[in-house]
Amino acid sequence: MKRFVPLLVVSALVLLFLVMMLSDRNPNEIDSVLIGRPAPEFSLVSLKEGAPALTTADLKTGAPVLVNFFASWCVPCRAEHENLMALAGGYRVPVIGIAYKNDPDKARGFLTELGNPFSKTGLDLDGRVGIDWGVSGVPETFLIDGDGVIRYRHWGPIVGDSLTERLLPQLKALQ
Amino acid sequence: MIRSLTAFLMVLTLSLAVQAVAVDEKPLADPVQEARARALMKEFRCLVCQNQSIEDSNAELAQDLRMIVRERIALGDSADNVRAYMVDRYGDWVLLNPPLKSSTIFLWASPFLVVLVILFVLVGRGRRTVAPVPLSDEETAKLAQLLEDTK
Amino acid sequence: MAGEIGHFSLILALAFALIGACVPHVGARRGDVRLMVLADRAVLAQFLMAVTAFAALTYAFVTSDFSVINVAANSHSLKPMLYKISGVWGNHEGSLLFWVLILTLFGALVSWRGKNLPLRFRSRVLAVQSLLVVGFLCFILFTSNPFFRLDPAPLEGNGLNPLLQDPGLAFHPPMLYLGYVGLSIAFSFAVAALLEGEVTPLWARWVRPWALLAWVFLTGGIALGSWWAYYELGWGGWWFWDPVENASFMPWLAATALLHSAIVVEKRDALKSWTILLAIIAFSFSLLGTFLVRSGVITSVHAFATDPARGIFILGFLGLVIGGSMALYAWRAPKLSPGGLFGIVSRESGLVLNNILLSTFAAVVLVGTLYPLFVEAAGAGQITVGPPFFEFAAMVLMSPLVVALGLGPLLAWKRGKLSRATQIAFPALVVALVAGTVLVWKTAGGYVMTAFGFGLALWLIASVLLEIAGRIKLWQAPKQALSGLAKITRAQWGMSLAHAGLGVMLLGITISEAFTSEQLLVMTPGDTATIAGYDFKFDGVAPVAGPNYTAVRGFFEVSESGAVLTTLMPEDRVYTNPPMNTTEAVIYPLVSGDLYAVVGEAAGAGRWSVRLYFKPLISGLWLGALMMMIGGLFSLSDRRLRIGMPTGKRSINNPATAKRKKWVVL
Repeated sequence: MKRFVPLLVVSALVLLFLVMMLSDRNPNEIDSVLIGRPAPEFSLVSLKEGAPALTTADLKTGAPVLVNFFASWCVPCRAEHENLMALAGGYRVPVIGIAYKNDPDKARGFLTELGNPFSKTGLDLDGRVGIDWGVSGVPETFLIDGDGVIRYRHWGPIVGDSLTERLLPQLKALQ
Repeated sequence: MIRSLTAFLMVLTLSLAVQAVAVDEKPLADPVQEARARALMKEFRCLVCQNQSIEDSNAELAQDLRMIVRERIALGDSADNVRAYMVDRYGDWVLLNPPLKSSTIFLWASPFLVVLVILFVLVGRGRRTVAPVPLSDEETAKLAQLLEDTK
Repeated sequence: MAGEIGHFSLILALAFALIGACVPHVGARRGDVRLMVLADRAVLAQFLMAVTAFAALTYAFVTSDFSVINVAANSHSLKPMLYKISGVWGNHEGSLLFWVLILTLFGALVSWRGKNLPLRFRSRVLAVQSLLVVGFLCFILFTSNPFFRLDPAPLEGNGLNPLLQDPGLAFHPPMLYLGYVGLSIAFSFAVAALLEGEVTPLWARWVRPWALLAWVFLTGGIALGSWWAYYELGWGGWWFWDPVENASFMPWLAATALLHSAIVVEKRDALKSWTILLAIIAFSFSLLGTFLVRSGVITSVHAFATDPARGIFILGFLGLVIGGSMALYAWRAPKLSPGGLFGIVSRESGLVLNNILLSTFAAVVLVGTLYPLFVEAAGAGQITVGPPFFEFAAMVLMSPLVVALGLGPLLAWKRGKLSRATQIAFPALVVALVAGTVLVWKTAGGYVMTAFGFGLALWLIASVLLEIAGRIKLWQAPKQALSGLAKITRAQWGMSLAHAGLGVMLLGITISEAFTSEQLLVMTPGDTATIAGYDFKFDGVAPVAGPNYTAVRGFFEVSESGAVLTTLMPEDRVYTNPPMNTTEAVIYPLVSGDLYAVVGEAAGAGRWSVRLYFKPLISGLWLGALMMMIGGLFSLSDRRLRIGMPTGKRSINNPATAKRKKWVVL
């Protein structure tokens, strides 16, 4: 019996590796622990001069909302911008943008240059709100249901098939 | 060593580090509190550099988290409160010291379990050959005969 | 042109490897000498082809031939020559080619040095080695070819990660690979022995020098990597229990266990199937390391670009090689008859204890490294297994090892007396207890664990010295002691040196971990900070330009009670290709410890954030590793251990001793 122990251990490990490699997972992605919890309380000044502050209340609209953390210095954010425009436009989902550790002028410049998909914006200059949301880098996008509860978090840019394969099905399920 | 490579890749993909708004990092004035804060920082895993603690990472986010740890300690939070704060946002993933739970029982018990397995594989083997088979009557007689002959 | 020559050489090498992997087995089965001799020719041919291919790639790197994709992706014309060359193995494809080069080199060495191995056995060993070459060559040719061209060729390359542009790291991978791949010889010897169905003390004598050689390289490779982390990564850490670091540590632990268990096979003809298993496991850990680095299953492993096809290929190869050899083991192990006997208290038993603890530790490191995967696969969320767990395991498993290490060499072979050993080692125990107690007392009860480690280290060092003293009869006949010193064999010096090296290392670890003084400061030029009695005066910064970077260099004049010791000049570098920021810490080693300074970002108004450290006795780490390596080389140079030395077979199973009770058979 015991002469089979090494063989069994090796087989189990190979199986584990195989399962993990075939599964559709990104080893760098840290699962959000906020799923199913109400969005954290916050209040941020808007990027738009004179506009009221962005607060948690703005998320409880009775319909799904997306919250996108972005920054002008973030290259992948440029890549996903087109999809954010499409979400706000064709798909008619309100997208709220939070500029993460970004100089407000540069963030505004970014939106002027590429177009503004955001119905409301907030400026998270010191990154504290990002940390409260468990953000580890930009871009990250959160899907909030009508009651202000976080339902899904998209890690990294919404590019390639991740819009149609990942984000939209989650959105449909809520609508 | 590779953690830095990871950090490098993360910097390229998330381009977090260089251009973000920098924060001045200042140690706490009270050396006792600072020491407590530093000890705690060593317990939290840096989120963008994967296998470093936030204490020894250059990353921007690690720096922000260090500030938060210091603030909490300065406000009089206990170590457990600070840990709860971090776990609340980033999950158990952020703890370099995995807490003892049902899912980590085998991990913490592994040094003891593995010793048993290895003892089983290594030492047990020869047992069956250890105990010499007692001589049969016939053999005893033969032996006596041989001894007799050599006298 | 060079690229095509290299590519073609690889294909030829594959052909030779295929011949070398199959034909000798047929020869061994049929008893056909001509077919068996072919194994030698095949490994030589593989080696020559691998050298050609490697030379071709090196040529492409040196001449910055950016029409080769690999060169364009990993080199840059402005890079210093050393890093152009080290860039050859600093990437996925090139490093695999380097693997193959060393794999064939070791095959050729066995063929060359092993002329007095029995032909049948040698041809089996070389055939197994050739099979490994086949696997790696297929991996290169089908998934990771370094010779593919790029058309049109770019004018400039992407450059090498600046962190890798460092002398320590230029030599760290080759050294580590020599160690990893060196273990393939032990593996081939083990598989050949299983195929032949026989393991003799002679087998252990053949395999041990190869394992020792690999172990020396592995020790050096790990130490270099850790040294690089210490001075290059900026903040003075030297070991992070990162999966990739663990991947190099596991084969080291297994190889260390193998070195010791092979002694038991050689001396007592016992522990045979266990030793075979260890030889297989040691190399399997090496393979696992390359898999983890390249497959992307674990986060740390983004050293090389990951690609699912590559991951699956290497996993298949891994499963075939390791699974196949383990299946062979399960099938053949019962044929290996248990051999000699020894007492429960004996040197052999000490070595068995060493094996139990080392292999347990290796397995626990494996568990810790892969545990997050298990948890995730089981759907129980994401966890991290960080240094606290591994440190716990090291303490639980390595402290008894160090205690036993002090006593083991004092026990007689076959049947020793614990009372005698403890008598000899008694002064070491006293030293350890006194030192530990003093430390606890001096720090007013703090640092109990440090005191424990400190005591352990001193116990080990003292008992090694006492063992030498006892060997030369220093106490009984001091006058002849000096001549006794000359009689100690190199193998014995090697053992003592390596064991003492572990003690020195432990000393460095415990003291530097506990008593490092550090300060994180924002300094204005002219400021002085005092760390552990050393005054660091900040003299400002100056910009400097390197060949492919610009840097800010800080100046710290360090003095001790007014006397100037040195000026430390750490740098904060910005590389252009690829764009990246590195901190070049500067270290000034003193006997008592290292002065360590890092200059960070500008903090405005002419102030700079800096980190200053004093790390007491940290040199013990590298010194200890060096002692282990030198010990290994000493042992390797011992005449009796010369590679492939023939030796008479001694009668081991003495029935007269078998009657006594309390014998164990392993």
